[in-house]
Amino acid sequence: MLDVSGIVVRFGERAVLDGVSLHVDDGEIVAVLGPSGAGKSTLLRVIAGLIRPDSGVVALEGVEITSRPAHLRNIGMMFQDEQLFPNLDVAANIAFGPRMHRWSASIIRERVDELLGVVGLAGFAERRVDRLSGGEKKRVALARSLAPRPAVLLLDEPLTGLDRELHDRLIGELGAVLRTTATTAVLVTHDRDEAAALAGRVVQWSELQRGGS
Amino acid sequence: MDDHRAALNRLPRWFVVTLAAAPALFIAGFYAWPVTNLLWTTVRRANGGGSPFGHVGAIIWFTTWQAVVSTVLTLLVGLLPAYVLARYSFRGRRVLVAVTTVPFVLPTVVVGAAFLALLPQSWHGSARAMIVAHIFFNIAVVVRLVGSMITVIPHDLVGAARTLGASPIQAARLVLIPLLAPALWSAAAVIFLFSFTSFGVATLLGGPTNPTLEVEIARRATQLGDVGGAATLSALQLGLLAVVVVWATRGQRRSAFELKGAAGPRPARTRGERVMVAGVSTAVVLAVGAPIVALVSRSFDVGNGWSMSAWSKLGSAQIRPGVGLGVDPLASVGTSLRFAVVAAVIATVIGFLAATAINTSPRLGKLLDAGLMLPLGTSAVTIGLGMLITFDTAPVDWRARWWLIPLGHALVAVPFVVRALLSVLRSIPGDLRAAAATLGATPVRAWWHVDAAALRAPLLAGAGFSAAISLGEFGATTILTRSGRETLPIAIGRLLGRAGALPRAQAFAMATILLALSTVVVMASGIHERLGPDDA
Repeated sequence: MLDVSGIVVRFGERAVLDGVSLHVDDGEIVAVLGPSGAGKSTLLRVIAGLIRPDSGVVALEGVEITSRPAHLRNIGMMFQDEQLFPNLDVAANIAFGPRMHRWSASIIRERVDELLGVVGLAGFAERRVDRLSGGEKKRVALARSLAPRPAVLLLDEPLTGLDRELHDRLIGELGAVLRTTATTAVLVTHDRDEAAALAGRVVQWSELQRGGS
Repeated sequence: MDDHRAALNRLPRWFVVTLAAAPALFIAGFYAWPVTNLLWTTVRRANGGGSPFGHVGAIIWFTTWQAVVSTVLTLLVGLLPAYVLARYSFRGRRVLVAVTTVPFVLPTVVVGAAFLALLPQSWHGSARAMIVAHIFFNIAVVVRLVGSMITVIPHDLVGAARTLGASPIQAARLVLIPLLAPALWSAAAVIFLFSFTSFGVATLLGGPTNPTLEVEIARRATQLGDVGGAATLSALQLGLLAVVVVWATRGQRRSAFELKGAAGPRPARTRGERVMVAGVSTAVVLAVGAPIVALVSRSFDVGNGWSMSAWSKLGSAQIRPGVGLGVDPLASVGTSLRFAVVAAVIATVIGFLAATAINTSPRLGKLLDAGLMLPLGTSAVTIGLGMLITFDTAPVDWRARWWLIPLGHALVAVPFVVRALLSVLRSIPGDLRAAAATLGATPVRAWWHVDAAALRAPLLAGAGFSAAISLGEFGATTILTRSGRETLPIAIGRLLGRAGALPRAQAFAMATILLALSTVVVMASGIHERLGPDDA
């Protein structure tokens, strides 16, 4: 269960987030729908621990984690432009999170194989990530963010930048993976169809600004 | 487009060959021949059975370890300024970039003199003084090479590692450092080469007890008259540097990754980021400013309080009636300026012809380009020594000719001019020449109106850089200089070697003049803007 309440983030004089609140139940997939530049990505960064809010509280399973560093939160994030590590191959990218959590080598190998199968990239383990297509990169990014079994997965415009056909196909695949793995997820997007197809609940950005959902 | 079709609008072959002839003769006559001659002298000497080494093992060891320590410390000290300047946009950023590049464009003699003025007496003649000056001198290399790489690493890449459970240190070790590795290798190679072949800084700050290989070569050639021994050490140094360059290039290739797009600088948002930007900016300004302020202020210190006497006596070649100073300070300013103009003209003309030929003819160009870059991998003292032992018999007995010194300066400057011009020439769209051709221009006229016209700014920068190199050149000049024809760096070196507070203050005054001249040349030609990290 993720609880975000009264988050305020100011960049200089400008308040990017002004009292944002959001509640997500275990196993729930919530889509936050809003225009570009509204501050949706900033909200995800606050939840992930990449930006410290000026005020407000982030709590996971009833425990406040507002000041906890990103690497100790167990909150995964799939970035808009994947952010795959170009110095690592596909398998090493997926194994990165489990390695950081000190899983044993054999369990990491099993997890990587399992996720490569889940995202339809079996046989891609040793590929260089800069040789992958746009859709393949998205799949690797999804597998990587799921690998360490995060308590919550944050998806920042996960399918932006793909052509229409690939976008539509990946919506189905992404939804299936999230449901199969029973992942608690927050998705931010400006695409109404994407939100409706992936999420169990869709909230408008304007609803989060004061009050909460 | 097919080759034979493109050839319709190409410059005629005779024109390209004519362009390439002068640079090719220049590099063959004044670099390849002298250096080959120097190596041949070494071989002959080795066959003669004489041992040139003696205590050289200790000198090589000292030269190597001080260069390694200088390289590692410069990388460590330079990473944070490189990161801040590449990552954050803030008021005064461009000025700060210019400030970080100041030490790199300063003559090594000025850097040496500035640290003599700044550091306590107990540090003079020590390895630590040399290392501190090497760090100061080379920070710009880290800011430029590593900073440019940082600008293309996406901001979120480290964030991605953090959300996967990596601590800040793990994220830096597993993601940032591997991605920066190619730039770190390049920077390390450049800094190592500069520190290994250190001459100005080593001469002034290392003192006689800490000679680098370069200082020892010059000492043998100019003080002991052991030109053969000096040639052998030069050949040894060339070999060692070649090994380092090959090793660094392999390391750089092994660690290269493709990074697309550019992250570019963004404003500092959090309080921590703003504190870091302010702290680094202040530290950079203080670190660059302190030696310079010390240098200028010490020129007014003649041992008995503040005085203008060091400055007012610059016009005299005597300390007092009947006691000569050994050099004529003001005359050396005139000599340096004259040499700088001549070196700039030679380097600009040769560089212009070479860049055009390289850009026009890929096959011939590659060879010429590689040849012209060779002096960059050769120490200045080696270049001077090669000239000294080659141009000493008729019909090429040119050792006493004044123009040999600016010509040596031009040899070092040409690679920079070629690079500056080529980067502009290669950015000119081919269609621009095609458009000129469709409007009736012959290939030569199209080249004149399109290529040559675009080169005005880089030519000015190249001329400025050549003049700046000539003004500060110390190594080759030390070998080739003749009495009565001292340049500013030679005069400064001589004055610092004399006992007494007045000659020392005069040396600091002369170094201040050299500092001012170099700064004016660099600013006027806009070189400092080319040396900062690339803006995204």
